[in-house]
Amino acid sequence: MAITDDVLVIGGGLAGAMAALAAAEHDVQVRMITYKQSTLRHASGLIDVLGYTPTGDGPLVDPFEALEAVPAGHPYERVGGDAVREALLFFDAIAGSLYAGTHTDANALVPTASGSVKPTARYPSAVASGLASDDRDTLLVGFETLPEFDAPMAAAHLEAAGVPFAVRGVTRRFPGIRRDDAKVTRYAHLLDRDEDVDIGRGATRARPALAELVRQALDGERRVGFPPVLGDDNHDTVRRDLEERLGVDVFEVPSGPPSLPGMRLEDRLYHALEEAGVRVTTGIPVVDYEGDGDRIDRVLVDRKGQQVPYAAEEYVLATGGLVGKGIDSGRERVFEPIFDCHVDHAADRYDWFVDDVFGDHPFARYGLSVDHELRPQDGGGDREFDNLRAAGAVLGGYDFAAEKSGSGVSLATGFVAGDRAGTEVSG
Amino acid sequence: MATDTEVLVLGGGSTGCGIARDLAMRGLEVTLVERGNLTHGTTGRMHGLLHSGGRYAVSDQSSARECIQEVGVLQDIAGHCIEMTGGLFVQRPEDSDDYFQQKLEGCRACDIPAQVLSAREAREREPYLAKDIKRAIAVPDGAVDPFRLCVANAHDAERHGARIETHAEVIDLLREGDDIYGVTVRHDSGPGKRTHKTPGTIEDITAAYVVNATGAWAGQIGAMADLEVAVRPSKGVMTIMNIRQVDTVINRCRPKGDADIIVPHETTAILGTTDEEVEDPDDYPEEQWEVDTMIDTLSELVPILSDARTIRSFWGVRPLYEPPGTGTEDPTDITRDFFLLDHEERDGVGGMTSIVGGKLTTYRLMAEKISDHICDQLGHRATCETADVPLPGSENLEALDEAMDDFGLRSPVARRSKQRLGSRSRAVLDTDEPNPVICNCESVTRAEVQDAIEQSGSDLNAVRIRTRASMGNCQGGFCCRLLGNELHPEYDEETARAAYDELFQERWKGERHALWGEQLSQAMLNYALHATTYNADADPAAVDGSVDFAAFDGGQRDSRDDPAGVMATDGGDPSQPSRRPGRGDHSPADRGGDR
Repeated sequence: MAITDDVLVIGGGLAGAMAALAAAEHDVQVRMITYKQSTLRHASGLIDVLGYTPTGDGPLVDPFEALEAVPAGHPYERVGGDAVREALLFFDAIAGSLYAGTHTDANALVPTASGSVKPTARYPSAVASGLASDDRDTLLVGFETLPEFDAPMAAAHLEAAGVPFAVRGVTRRFPGIRRDDAKVTRYAHLLDRDEDVDIGRGATRARPALAELVRQALDGERRVGFPPVLGDDNHDTVRRDLEERLGVDVFEVPSGPPSLPGMRLEDRLYHALEEAGVRVTTGIPVVDYEGDGDRIDRVLVDRKGQQVPYAAEEYVLATGGLVGKGIDSGRERVFEPIFDCHVDHAADRYDWFVDDVFGDHPFARYGLSVDHELRPQDGGGDREFDNLRAAGAVLGGYDFAAEKSGSGVSLATGFVAGDRAGTEVSG
Repeated sequence: MATDTEVLVLGGGSTGCGIARDLAMRGLEVTLVERGNLTHGTTGRMHGLLHSGGRYAVSDQSSARECIQEVGVLQDIAGHCIEMTGGLFVQRPEDSDDYFQQKLEGCRACDIPAQVLSAREAREREPYLAKDIKRAIAVPDGAVDPFRLCVANAHDAERHGARIETHAEVIDLLREGDDIYGVTVRHDSGPGKRTHKTPGTIEDITAAYVVNATGAWAGQIGAMADLEVAVRPSKGVMTIMNIRQVDTVINRCRPKGDADIIVPHETTAILGTTDEEVEDPDDYPEEQWEVDTMIDTLSELVPILSDARTIRSFWGVRPLYEPPGTGTEDPTDITRDFFLLDHEERDGVGGMTSIVGGKLTTYRLMAEKISDHICDQLGHRATCETADVPLPGSENLEALDEAMDDFGLRSPVARRSKQRLGSRSRAVLDTDEPNPVICNCESVTRAEVQDAIEQSGSDLNAVRIRTRASMGNCQGGFCCRLLGNELHPEYDEETARAAYDELFQERWKGERHALWGEQLSQAMLNYALHATTYNADADPAAVDGSVDFAAFDGGQRDSRDDPAGVMATDGGDPSQPSRRPGRGDHSPADRGGDR
């Protein structure tokens, strides 16, 4: 006897969480099944919608205007501009004060850990004071034991990028960090708990010690940027405490994995899932399905080598792209591993990429083709299943990395797929 | 006539570096010029097999004897560059019994220790060998890191007064009548250590004697002085696995052919190879069938290879040579012996000898013979010491093991670092500064990276060959940018960024041949990380055109930043917030803001 729900969402990243939350709005029973840690942990925490057009024009000031013009087959074209706005409103309500950027349609330009700038529609509140499209002079503070963020290099790079403010970087030793290989969560917890630290001048606490060494480095700058380690559970308190002590604004510069801002977003989404009554099953992969060809009857998960069935009326596939393994490949072909939905790709694997590392790689666009209801289509344009929708990076037809559209597509398609699935069941 | 140097060595591969060290130790003044990085030509593009001689024991017994002799020498002088893994010649049911017997007898005839193992014994040693193998011969093969070996030779040559110039391409041979007296080189970024963005220069270097040790490129160099050197470049593919499926060198026991060897190399295993003659050593096709052949054919020996992850493939060009008139059709049959071509004897043009053929395992012996010849030419009397004096990094390795010092590093990191640095470990790793890991895949710390930068300038590929940073699973996805950061502030931001771009592109070149399964997933992650998180593909610092920052969302300031606050702290006019312009090319009208 299968475990049965109304809507089953496969995948627990941004798209899967949005789909589950949107479906749950319809008062139906929703389950979300996830396997590995979600790729949100790899993500910088920025919610981009569209930074560059599919042909590479940008950075775009207004992503909403530009996304109306994407070509047929692009996920934004499939769901339409109104759905993108609706999905973002839905996200804003969930994110609450964790995120900023709701006051305007314009993209913000956010400094990256390398010192480039990136266009994004929403950004964590912890990042808000650091915008490169804000013209206040800036001090960046890096730490000797965190090579991911080299503050003097990032500052020099920002100046080379032409930012409209003066920016300087300094490198310091983080108070209380004794091991060179301490994890980023260790830095965050030192500040979260304001632990006692010994910096050679008697015992003090982590936050005042950090504030003091930054105060000595300040030279009239109105804001200070750090790598994203300013607290985990208490990050708001940590940041405000440092701001009080320094009398300037404090912000984090988004960076690569492991990423605390990505983890904070994950925490917020999972909290919302719990509130919405979504059943979350983690740590098991969906490996197969049973059905009559038109409809999926149930999916099979692998639980310690045993195949266990889970059934629902409607299914949402949000297993991610090549990174999350929602799309997989061998030497001969690219495929979708659970339902074997059609993935359009070149026959010869040497046609999957181009020779320039940042060239227009076909593999970056590999994924499922879907109809306007986000139902996957086979090679002939027919529906693969009546009760399956797909969302997020498992979709093809767009290069999220080049466009800076990954989060926006996940939000919009997750929202639409979940909403339609919920409607089917409740309506 | 006074010359700039006594001996000028062309080529920074194992042969050239070996000769430079040998001659410098004999007291001669030596200059070495190399077009790219050290090892850039063929040395850095081999499978890393340290030949016991077993592979030549049937076809070329004099080479086989030299190999086993030199393996013994390298254990004494280059311990930190080699790993004595042992090797197996594995016979499958379809492979010839006669050949197996010839191989065994050939090894014994050449004094190569050889022991027959039953299939069960072979599989006990290497559990991933195919279940249906017939038997195997165990020989003392090993693995060598050609980068470390070459760099150590060059480094020691410098310690003995040699001048080593990388990124210095020979653009002409200086010849007057029947005498060659030097070369013209083009320095990529001026003489000395490489610094990106430094303008190139041209230099004439005169010498009493010139050694053309450019391997597969020897014909091109010869042609500059109208000399014919009939080198026959032959390409071969090497496919790198992400882990060591085997800890022993696995050879297929059959006459030499494609895809017949697996060499455990550092954290990886390298599959090799093909043998196809090419016209131009700088321009030949890197073909999909070659990669597929490695995986499909070697899976017959080690079946798990068929589904294993490969991280990249690379091609090398052998500098094969055969004396005029031999007329061998198949490059596989061309001898691996080396040839010393004295152009005075051969062509009546004095002052230069070319070296062609040869192999890495016997590089030192070749260098000794060539150095003897050069000393004869110059009337210089000195004995060769390279068989007895350890290379830098290989002195007193026992003392390092006994000290058991981890220099404050986690033990896996310390172990890997010490394997690479050998007796230089203390000098490099013993630091009071924080020493975080920069490359996680290969456990390379900041101190080791900084040591390499000190040796090689702003060239991150030179740092790579010294440290293995960016050579692991992620192929630099996570560490290339961090390596660039390590160049700053000694080198300016623009230089550091150019060096990072160059390394990232170089890593991609080899990774393209591994793009399916796990490595395609890794490639997408690398692309997403760099393009999405860092916006490296559309970086305003790198692309044309300026950004109108003021048109974008500048945030919602809270009370701390209201105009009154600004006035209170700096006394400025709140309607004209003070701004210092950045280095960008913004007109004042571009700024101003909408707040």
